[in-house]
Amino acid sequence: MAVEQKRHPLIVSVSPHVRDRETVGRIMWSVNLSLMPALIASFYYFGPRAVFVTALCIISSVLSEYLFQKALKRQITISDGSAFLTGLLLGMNLPPSVPFYIPIVGSVVAVVITKQLFGGLGYNIFNPALIGRAFLLITWPRAMTTWSAPTAQFTALDAKTTATPLGILKEEGINKLIEEFGSKGDLYINLLFGNRAGSLGETSVILLLIGAAYLLYKRYITWHIPISFLSTVAILAWVFGGKEGLFTGDPLIHLLSGGLILGAFFMATDYVTCPTIRKGQIIFGIGCGAITMLIRLKGGFPEGVMFAILLMNCFAPLIDRNVKPELFGAVKEKKR
Amino acid sequence: MVKADTFERGVHPHESKELTAHKPIESAHLPRRVVIPLSQHIGAPAKPEVNIGEEVKRYQMIGSPPGFVSAPVHASISGKVIAISDFLHPSGRMVPSIVIESDGKDEPLPLEDNPDYLNLPPDEIKALIRDAGIVGLGGAAFPTSVKLSPPKEKPIDTVILNGAECEPYLTADHRLMVERPEDVVNGLKIIMRALGVPRGFIGIEMNKPDAIKVMKDATVGEGDIDVRQLKVKYPQGAEKMLIKAITGREVPPKGGLPMDVGVVVQNVGTAVAIYEAVRYRKPLIERVVTVTGRGVREPKNLKVRIGMMLSELIEDCGGLVDGAVKVIVGGPMMGFAQWSLDVPVVKGTSGVLVQTEEEFFPSEEYFACIRCGRCIDVCPMGLNPSMLSILSEKGHYEEAKEYNLFDCFECGSCAFICPSKRPIVQFIRLAKSQTKP
Repeated sequence: MAVEQKRHPLIVSVSPHVRDRETVGRIMWSVNLSLMPALIASFYYFGPRAVFVTALCIISSVLSEYLFQKALKRQITISDGSAFLTGLLLGMNLPPSVPFYIPIVGSVVAVVITKQLFGGLGYNIFNPALIGRAFLLITWPRAMTTWSAPTAQFTALDAKTTATPLGILKEEGINKLIEEFGSKGDLYINLLFGNRAGSLGETSVILLLIGAAYLLYKRYITWHIPISFLSTVAILAWVFGGKEGLFTGDPLIHLLSGGLILGAFFMATDYVTCPTIRKGQIIFGIGCGAITMLIRLKGGFPEGVMFAILLMNCFAPLIDRNVKPELFGAVKEKKR
Repeated sequence: MVKADTFERGVHPHESKELTAHKPIESAHLPRRVVIPLSQHIGAPAKPEVNIGEEVKRYQMIGSPPGFVSAPVHASISGKVIAISDFLHPSGRMVPSIVIESDGKDEPLPLEDNPDYLNLPPDEIKALIRDAGIVGLGGAAFPTSVKLSPPKEKPIDTVILNGAECEPYLTADHRLMVERPEDVVNGLKIIMRALGVPRGFIGIEMNKPDAIKVMKDATVGEGDIDVRQLKVKYPQGAEKMLIKAITGREVPPKGGLPMDVGVVVQNVGTAVAIYEAVRYRKPLIERVVTVTGRGVREPKNLKVRIGMMLSELIEDCGGLVDGAVKVIVGGPMMGFAQWSLDVPVVKGTSGVLVQTEEEFFPSEEYFACIRCGRCIDVCPMGLNPSMLSILSEKGHYEEAKEYNLFDCFECGSCAFICPSKRPIVQFIRLAKSQTKP
């Protein structure tokens, strides 16, 4: 051959040769950031215990991911923010008064068993933080259902224990709940701002919504899961939630209480464990809402968001297999 | 807000067209030698019609089509045939090619002007287009005469000229429309006559307001030709997306073609080549190429002889800068990365993009799919790229067909948007190569 070929030190790869700047790390750290307002509110309401519990969760989560990956000689991925997020979410889902070993055990279960043993980020079937919490609830049911009253004093070390609004609603009825807060208006206001007993990060609805609005604006999450989840809860609460018969329930109390807002916007929307197709996500959200209300109204626990999301996580692969995106040209073809 | 046509989904990569959008087309220097692949088109390779040592003139046919779906190739310079052998093609394959060394005289065969070209019968138009070796210049390089000869049972009622140029960086079609609007319109009229179609559109993305204006001016009084502005979105210039945007029709999946919805799409560059072929009998021996990116000293729009080596072409742009790491033939979304500069410009080469380290994303490192669903949100074909990439990664190629594997046309929107930086297009190509439609 007459024409000589020279090699140049050029990089060869498959198209596309330009990429969007978004990375897994950026998304995860943004979700962490979006939870900060509600987390800071929890420090205000529940004092140093809240700081202690969330810090312990985050440190144990990140450390257990690091040690596990180190031991198995895998790539260390703690900088992607997902172990941090699992720790943060687990902490926000715990009662502020839990003893120190609970956050540690919960984090190990969440990160090592639920995530890493399944292959790491992307391969886990269940939401790690929620499996961690479910494990703790079953193992230490008493500590996990002992709720501190909000003190609104950062220095208070010993908070008195009380029931959550959903606990009162379940055991003693709506009138007792209203009485506890003064009036119906005061009840709503306190629920909205988070001045009530509960898991430390779930209480401040308004600040959680600000974080959620940021995620929606950045398109890190879409409306499909939260809105279908919340509307199902609202409709079922209205229809079946009242003591005086059908259509007498108070949907607002159910929307503002428990872990619903935290769960619907920050946990049910976990990419890895929810369906990928938007239509499927609506089915997923409706399922979450229905199971939540089934447990709240008929189950043994006052709150059902955790089990609802975990049960629907099981269905996510099935939903993805059967709900497919609309193939270009396919619909028009049928109509023609 | 002006009305703009578009399709559903898609992505918005940075356009980077400012490097060359305002630079008039210049002629590249006469190449010292050209490598003319016998296969620059979809279909059967041409058969060589010259021997080693033979003197050839510019415009001389040197490879003839052996079948209907094929195209001839022509000498783009005058000189001596010095080799007929396999040579590296921009697609990465070795392709039989004819190498011509220039005699420096650039002697042409005579052309003839037929001012009455618009009244030629359709069959003669198609024959002239075929003899000129014209193929789709947008990149796909499908023989144009075949596209203009649809079977009788597929009546065509609309011709669309594709001036979208949705690939970032590329401005060759943009400049051609700005500088030669009449020739574009005449090319469109020839296509409409060849097909017997009453309706023609020219679709242009709104990031080219100057091209929209001159094309509108050039079509004043042409009642059957409409210039449509398109939303700036990738892949707006993909045939199916363009047809959807302008006519609202959707080409059916599973191998459907534009002619199934009565449409023929041609690139604006092809239209100009058609005009030159039908009016002057000029074979396709040159095309406009955008040589761009921060890796070349002086990005330009160049009129280049087919077969010119990239190494020679880049000389015209002041050479490569020190940090140049990647050379891509085509645009950044669908183009081919080259490992050597000793590859020729072919008929389908719309651009040469040289990226520096800063522009280049290290694509060898990727992570597991986190199932965020962004790829599904952007896929213009309504596929599930996430699932396709996972199935291919695990070797489940047959199962990938249940997810419409073969409806993917590899636009790269999914891999562009993926936060895990997965090489989704590569996975899809792998699956396609391991199974049959």
